[in-house]
Amino acid sequence: MPTFVYMTRCDGCGHCVDICPSDIMHIDPTYRRAYNIEPNMCWECYSCVKACPHHAIDVRGYADFAPLGHSVRVIRDEEKGVIAWRIKSRNGETDLNLLAPITTKPWREHIPQLADAPAPSQEMRNSQLLFNEPKYIRMDDGNIHTLESNGLHMEKGVYY
Amino acid sequence: MAYKTVVEDNIDILVAGAGLGGTGAAWEARYWGKDKKIVVAEKANIDRSGAVAQGLYAINCYMGTRFGENNPEDHVRYARIDLMGMVREDLLFDMARHVDSAVHQFEEWGMPIMRDPKSGSYLREGRWQIMIHGESYKPLVAAAAKKSADKVYNRICVTHLLMDDAKENRVAGAVGFNVRTGDYHVFKSKTVVVGAGGASNIFKPRSVGEGAGRVWYAPWSSGSAYGLMIQAGAKMTQMENRIVLARFKDGYGPVGAYFLHLKTYTQNCDGEEYESKWFPGLQEMVGKEYLDMEASHVSHRPIPTCLRNHAFINEVASGKGPIHMVTMEAFQDPHLEEIGWHNFLGMTVGQAVLWAATDVNPKYENPELTTSEPYVMGSHATGCGAWCSGPEDLSPDEYFWGYNRMTTVEGLFGAGDAVGGTPHAFSSGSFTEGRLAAKAACAYIDDGKAEGMNVSQEQIDRRKAEVFKPMEHYKVYRNEIVAGTVAPNYINPRQGLDRLQKLMDEYAGGVTVNYMTNEKLLSIGLKKMKTLEEDLEKIAAENVHELLRAWELKHRQLASESVMHHTLFRKETRWPGYYYRGDHMKVDDQNWHVLTVSRRDPKTGEYTMEKAPLYHLVGDIEDKALADMKSKEGI
Repeated sequence: MPTFVYMTRCDGCGHCVDICPSDIMHIDPTYRRAYNIEPNMCWECYSCVKACPHHAIDVRGYADFAPLGHSVRVIRDEEKGVIAWRIKSRNGETDLNLLAPITTKPWREHIPQLADAPAPSQEMRNSQLLFNEPKYIRMDDGNIHTLESNGLHMEKGVYY
Repeated sequence: MAYKTVVEDNIDILVAGAGLGGTGAAWEARYWGKDKKIVVAEKANIDRSGAVAQGLYAINCYMGTRFGENNPEDHVRYARIDLMGMVREDLLFDMARHVDSAVHQFEEWGMPIMRDPKSGSYLREGRWQIMIHGESYKPLVAAAAKKSADKVYNRICVTHLLMDDAKENRVAGAVGFNVRTGDYHVFKSKTVVVGAGGASNIFKPRSVGEGAGRVWYAPWSSGSAYGLMIQAGAKMTQMENRIVLARFKDGYGPVGAYFLHLKTYTQNCDGEEYESKWFPGLQEMVGKEYLDMEASHVSHRPIPTCLRNHAFINEVASGKGPIHMVTMEAFQDPHLEEIGWHNFLGMTVGQAVLWAATDVNPKYENPELTTSEPYVMGSHATGCGAWCSGPEDLSPDEYFWGYNRMTTVEGLFGAGDAVGGTPHAFSSGSFTEGRLAAKAACAYIDDGKAEGMNVSQEQIDRRKAEVFKPMEHYKVYRNEIVAGTVAPNYINPRQGLDRLQKLMDEYAGGVTVNYMTNEKLLSIGLKKMKTLEEDLEKIAAENVHELLRAWELKHRQLASESVMHHTLFRKETRWPGYYYRGDHMKVDDQNWHVLTVSRRDPKTGEYTMEKAPLYHLVGDIEDKALADMKSKEGI
């Protein structure tokens, strides 16, 4: 389902151009609006659809196997932390509204700034631990697993 | 050429490609390198790039040691049996012992992870998979990477790694171009963590026309992880181990949640279970060690993914297709029905679109499945990638050369698809590998290993000429013809990609030959691959966007050539259902219970192949689940 852009809704803002992972949403030089320049490199990932402030981008299933007359629309709201989908089938029998959370917390506020975290000790540098470990591995006082702690060794040859 | 040259100098850690592996590296690097200069170069926009761009509905690699569920070695054994023994168990154990800490931090950052209301633990889809509302998985980890990095360069297609002119076989950064402005970018860096992707679109896809974009792995996964590292002369491993996916037909929607959580199952056109009838013959090919129905039944040891593919492929070839996914039972439960749809919307919207377009209602109809064209990658149920050092406390001598996740090129690290022998890492494991690589890269710098680094102006200029050659070539030869795409002295990137796909398909075991190849076919294929490589010197790019496609194709070609050499080298059929060596149709543990390792000489383009020993984790307790069961049953 490559994407396409409705002429009357697009104002050429370029949000889709900015986000497209495949670099296929470009601005048409004549109409000053966006369009999909390479439909066979479109993964139908909906990144541009979600990013469009005017809901100007939609998807029409791949011509080589998808009949016309369907619709899968989406509204993604970062502030509310939800995404809402509506799926309509060609024959109209399936008409689903589905809602899912996209985050449980305000956006980006709960990711620590590691530059401000206490510097690791030399002992930690020499260990196998990563940031926040061992605590975050098990969320208790247990330590990181090693071959020794788990009663293992490595052996060359054919084992199954 | 009018394009500017932009130089970013004195970088300590350059992350080339910021998917899950790259974001993990960029984020963690700041902790170990407080005053280090961390720079990210990403081909797209870091907020929606890589294989997880559209989201995920599950995290497929989570041990749950916190809830007493699994130990790292259990996961290693699972990956080992799934990959028919061919994995790097030191790297896998290392990934598995750290992966939970990544997931717990994701939850703290705001990732909606579903919980089991009864036990309070994460809701399991399967033994290793937990269910998430992961539509915003990528923007979330991108935010973490952006917090740590000094600079994130979006829309930079990295084309080559820079090599140190002062010391042989030492990395010194990377070069590429901005896919919007066309500017040439030079990153001089003490270390590089390659977080670029595996390869879709190197084998001819089943779909034609527009549908060629509906590949299983993202179309922007251009094998650049391999292209970059192979060009630099890094050793690669297990490149023959391509993967074929059994998925919903045409849309390639995921089946994991369907099998594991919705308890759907497959049947042939007559409504019969078909797998077991192929297993006795298959057991003759692979041996009882790899396929033992009784043992699998008792111990819940999984049947390797490739072997289940084998049954699928043979059932269809015998005239009993199509294979259906039986959804009509599960979808009667409205809750499960909703999960079935959410599963697609969360990670493969295209499948929902296809069902809407074709009026498939899985409540009343069992949808068709298919087996995909092959993919070359290293984080799903397959382990292609660079030959990397393991961690000090786990790795035997043959697997250890100083720094965790460092390739055989000094200062060059990998994460995610880039690292070979580590299947079943998936998103969380790739992020974890990035973290491990970042810590090791910081130690490498602190140990003074990058001192005296020098990048000559000659190298920078030489690469620049190479990078823009497809555009120069177009300019020179375009005027030979009136109009159109047919020219005697160049091909465009799409034409080149079509040629690569056809070549790989027919000679290296794609869908049109039912995944079959042999020595003769591969030898012919390699000859044709060489002429393709020559013709790619004459690839023409009309604009900067086509230049991007030209370099993606060059990376895909390098990855493909490596796949052919590896496939030729391993004289056995190790993974029936992924591919078949028609001249060696059996598993041969006597000669081939080894990892394959290759190196392409960057100067001559010649390949050398070698075998590396396989080490396995051996211990008293065979498997935690099995041990629990035994203790319960009093065995």
